[in-house]
Amino acid sequence: MTTGSIRPANWSQMTHEQKREWRFQNWIASADNINFVNTNAEQSYRTRVKRLYDVYNVREPDRVPVSIRAGVVPLYSNGIDYHTALYDTDKAHQAFSKFNAEHAAELESYFGFTSIPARLFDILDYRLYAYPGHGMPESAPAFQFVESEYMKAGEYEDLITDPSDFWLRTYLPRVFGAFGPFRQFGRLTDIVEIVNVHFGALASPDMITTLQKLIEAGNEIARSNEIAAKYEGEAEAYGYPSVWGTGFAKAPFDTLGDTLRGTNGIMMDMYRHPDKVLKALDVIADITIKSVLTSPSARNGLIATFPLHKGADGWMSQKQFLTFYWPSLRKVINAFINEGIIVSLFAEGSYNTRLELVNEFQRGGPLDVRPDGHGQG
Amino acid sequence: MAGNLVKALADLQEQEALDITRQRLDSNEDPNAILADARQGMTIVGERFSKSEYFIPDLIYSGEILKEVTDLVKPELLQNSVQEKKINKIVLGTVAGDIHDIGLNIVEFMLDTNGFEVFNLGVDVPPQKFVEKTRETGAPIVALSGFLTLAFDSMKDTIKALETAGLRNQVKIMIGGGQIDEQVKNYTGADAWGRDAMEAVNLAKNWTAGAK
Repeated sequence: MTTGSIRPANWSQMTHEQKREWRFQNWIASADNINFVNTNAEQSYRTRVKRLYDVYNVREPDRVPVSIRAGVVPLYSNGIDYHTALYDTDKAHQAFSKFNAEHAAELESYFGFTSIPARLFDILDYRLYAYPGHGMPESAPAFQFVESEYMKAGEYEDLITDPSDFWLRTYLPRVFGAFGPFRQFGRLTDIVEIVNVHFGALASPDMITTLQKLIEAGNEIARSNEIAAKYEGEAEAYGYPSVWGTGFAKAPFDTLGDTLRGTNGIMMDMYRHPDKVLKALDVIADITIKSVLTSPSARNGLIATFPLHKGADGWMSQKQFLTFYWPSLRKVINAFINEGIIVSLFAEGSYNTRLELVNEFQRGGPLDVRPDGHGQG
Repeated sequence: MAGNLVKALADLQEQEALDITRQRLDSNEDPNAILADARQGMTIVGERFSKSEYFIPDLIYSGEILKEVTDLVKPELLQNSVQEKKINKIVLGTVAGDIHDIGLNIVEFMLDTNGFEVFNLGVDVPPQKFVEKTRETGAPIVALSGFLTLAFDSMKDTIKALETAGLRNQVKIMIGGGQIDEQVKNYTGADAWGRDAMEAVNLAKNWTAGAK
């Protein structure tokens, strides 16, 4: 979407409403840089932008914007299975372009092919996902997250005191086979003045293999970027504004629960090490805020989307939600609101018992709750 | 004294439950009586879960406490000790291609605390494994779990495999998981579907009562 308007010099003095309005106007103005396929597309684009602008500002739009997801239909309806699409992304993009040409106007949505970078995952031996031909049958039309204890119960202090070090020398070696040899490194902060022994790990044969894999990974990223670039901006050119993907964040509890400790792990920790869990959640909240606010897309972007997992109805009691789930999530949400970013909570499970709580923010401002993936605003 | 372990487990008091277990073992109490109390505590946990007083963290934690109690008691169990009488056998698993296990494990927990002997085959279970386990155990109930839409076909394939193996008439089959409804039940050829773990228990109980 938007590509780099310069922020006003008084940004830090602006209210969050002013910041949000600047982000909106920046987004609206970005239409001037789009090469529309025809004037009709341009008109449609501007109408759709206005519609979304009204909705996000809680004004009645000319009509209700409906956006559905096509999933893998564009692939299979063109005779391409998901496995093929993962490894031949050009073919997959073409299938989506064809599907859009046939159906986008009728469905009021333009569908882009987005997926996991399977070749890159193969090179790095990424263990966090199972996908066709890799932990799942080749015929499977989806990928799945593989939950495990990527962080052990005894490692809270490591995470809390030095998250980057924990990530580099413990987490990455566990989730990427290729990063295994990173365990051999000492702390990088040990590298001061005359260095010699600190780089000893670089001499080990498996580290050399890792470094070669990283080069291979870089080449693969360049190759796939080249393909993706061919289709970039296609949706906008045909008149479909995109408000998704300007920022992606997780609730800190989900980062700790999905990505690090696993469901079993974090739920045991809530009983056995509640103080450590709360401290870790606070650290992760700060990491999340920093990660989104310093990402290139968040600088001018409009929306941060949160896929919410382990705080859904039935997953924990209201008391547990208020103690463990909500405070760190609220901290992240507030940080985004203060920067004028719209927070979109995508609840991947029913959220009826939590709605009163997540409704604590000012009306018409920041929040766009989508319970159960059905897009109810 | 005996009541304490039931309560300690039901109230998720880990340390207290373990202390009581050790004390009772030290006073040479019948390990089966200790386990029976622990299971009674778990039954209360299950009831509280079904009444939405307990949630997943509480269930997981209670399971861990039970495991610790069992680990303490196990070495003391006599080889010929009387095993707890179970109502019926159930073969359970998440079908091929799907690796979701949270719902699966809750269903196992609830069936187990309600007196069923559950053979949990885990996740991504190929149809043939369901066939083999059903044949081996003679279980009259098969429960298939799946969260993804791709599980519909795996469930259908599994049920077909049970049919091909000549077992379909001997078993009742239930399915469950996030996307499952009446339409999916009809598509897969299952006998029933359930929205949550309590429905699995109710189905299993009805089927068991009906068979007698």
